[in-house]
Amino acid sequence: MRFSGFRIIAEALTGQKGWRPLWRDPDPQPAYDIVIVGGGGHGLATAYYLATVFRQARIAVLEKGWLGSGNIGRNTTIIRSNYLLPGNEPFYEFSMKLWEGLEQELNFNAMVSQRGILNLCHTDAQRDAYRRRGNAMILAGADAELLGPDQVRAMYPFLNFGNARFPIKGGLLQRRAGTARHDGVAWGYARGADLRGVDLIQNCEVTGFRIEGGRVRGVETSRGYIAAGKVGVAVAGSSSRVMAQAGMRLPIESHALQAFVSEGLKRSIDGVITFGAGHFYISQSDKGGLVFGGDIDGYNSYAQRGNLPVIEDVAEGGMALMPALGRARVLRIWGGIMDMSMDGSPIIDRTSVEGLYLNAGWCYGGFKATPASGYAFAHLIATGTPHPTATAYRLDRFARGHLIDEKGAGAQPNLH
Amino acid sequence: MLIPHPLLGPRDAQEFTYLGDASLIDRPDGMADGAEAAFCDYVYLRDNPAGVHRELWFHEFGDRSWLVVTRNTVTHEILGAELAADVARRGR
Repeated sequence: MRFSGFRIIAEALTGQKGWRPLWRDPDPQPAYDIVIVGGGGHGLATAYYLATVFRQARIAVLEKGWLGSGNIGRNTTIIRSNYLLPGNEPFYEFSMKLWEGLEQELNFNAMVSQRGILNLCHTDAQRDAYRRRGNAMILAGADAELLGPDQVRAMYPFLNFGNARFPIKGGLLQRRAGTARHDGVAWGYARGADLRGVDLIQNCEVTGFRIEGGRVRGVETSRGYIAAGKVGVAVAGSSSRVMAQAGMRLPIESHALQAFVSEGLKRSIDGVITFGAGHFYISQSDKGGLVFGGDIDGYNSYAQRGNLPVIEDVAEGGMALMPALGRARVLRIWGGIMDMSMDGSPIIDRTSVEGLYLNAGWCYGGFKATPASGYAFAHLIATGTPHPTATAYRLDRFARGHLIDEKGAGAQPNLH
Repeated sequence: MLIPHPLLGPRDAQEFTYLGDASLIDRPDGMADGAEAAFCDYVYLRDNPAGVHRELWFHEFGDRSWLVVTRNTVTHEILGAELAADVARRGR
């Protein structure tokens, strides 16, 4: 089933009776060449690129709940490639380029909207840091513009420019960044993978790995044993729990991150704005709700909900940046579980078990990486070599000392 | 979350900063054989369980004591707290 303007008109005239489910609901086969554990954004994207770009067959995605039931449907939908370090920026720029062609590629409306992201700076030192970061972005092929306070004022006159503690001195703008409809991304990849014969198996929890002679042979699941030539695990949030079944301890802690949305308001924020003096970011959804968030809660959690102190902290950041926010009412608050890695950067690598691959450690930045993460993970699984933009995301970088620590916070996951 | 401080009674978790798994009390011997690998595990690897977790909290805006708090990471229920000094002295 392909989507088109003609199809929508035809369905409107015939009572919308021709639509069909976007993917099959198959029972698991006894064996597959490749099993992907985790039917979220990264797992579905991996299966999609394995089936399309890398021409692999006999692929299954195993999902414990329903497709896209984890962080792909719980994030604040921001896509961007404004990183500093050489291990990160080319990868995220690769992801940004995939976002730009994603809807044509998938024939699915993922509502990719390049409305721009503006990181505000509040001190001279921060402006210097942003200038450096902007140059690093341009060197990696991304776009970046350093704005002065007058240019920021022209874009967003309602920000608190006169804040005595946090005056707005300018900002780093990436115009190609923006937002995307988060679960639309999961659905698009799911449909694309299903159309190419990937079995998307829901309500199928992996309960163990069968490992013989240092090689993975298959997975035990709640729906029986499934043999597999290769197994890729993409279950960020629960990576430690799943990999513990293969006897591994990971450089990861799970933390709760909260997100917020206000009642629907008239259009006022065109792009994404981040506060540089605290941790606060905001955008406006197409429905009009203000979507915002801030820091993780800061202690190990698998609860998918947070506590009041961080809600208060986020509200304070929002009020310092944009006092008009105080008039908006919060409609919903929710939480998701983040794989907080020890250096704040992800892992896409082989493991000590042959045929078992790991995609983990996305901290609170996994959504924007979805296309490149899937592509790079598929590349690794299909070819055995890392994708050129993902060579730094090795699991052994902690032991070797080659950390990718954007924030310079050290091995303290709740500070990344 | 309220943390039942063994000396001060129930205190708001906001008064504390969080360090992580209480196994960080058991610092490896830097002079032992295999110390490099032991420190790599100590610094970077975590059990990260879903369920009961023993963890270090520092009462930064209070009496500046370190506590070992036992907490359920799935429900956020706090099951107990003791002074980290007592835990370290006793040996875990």
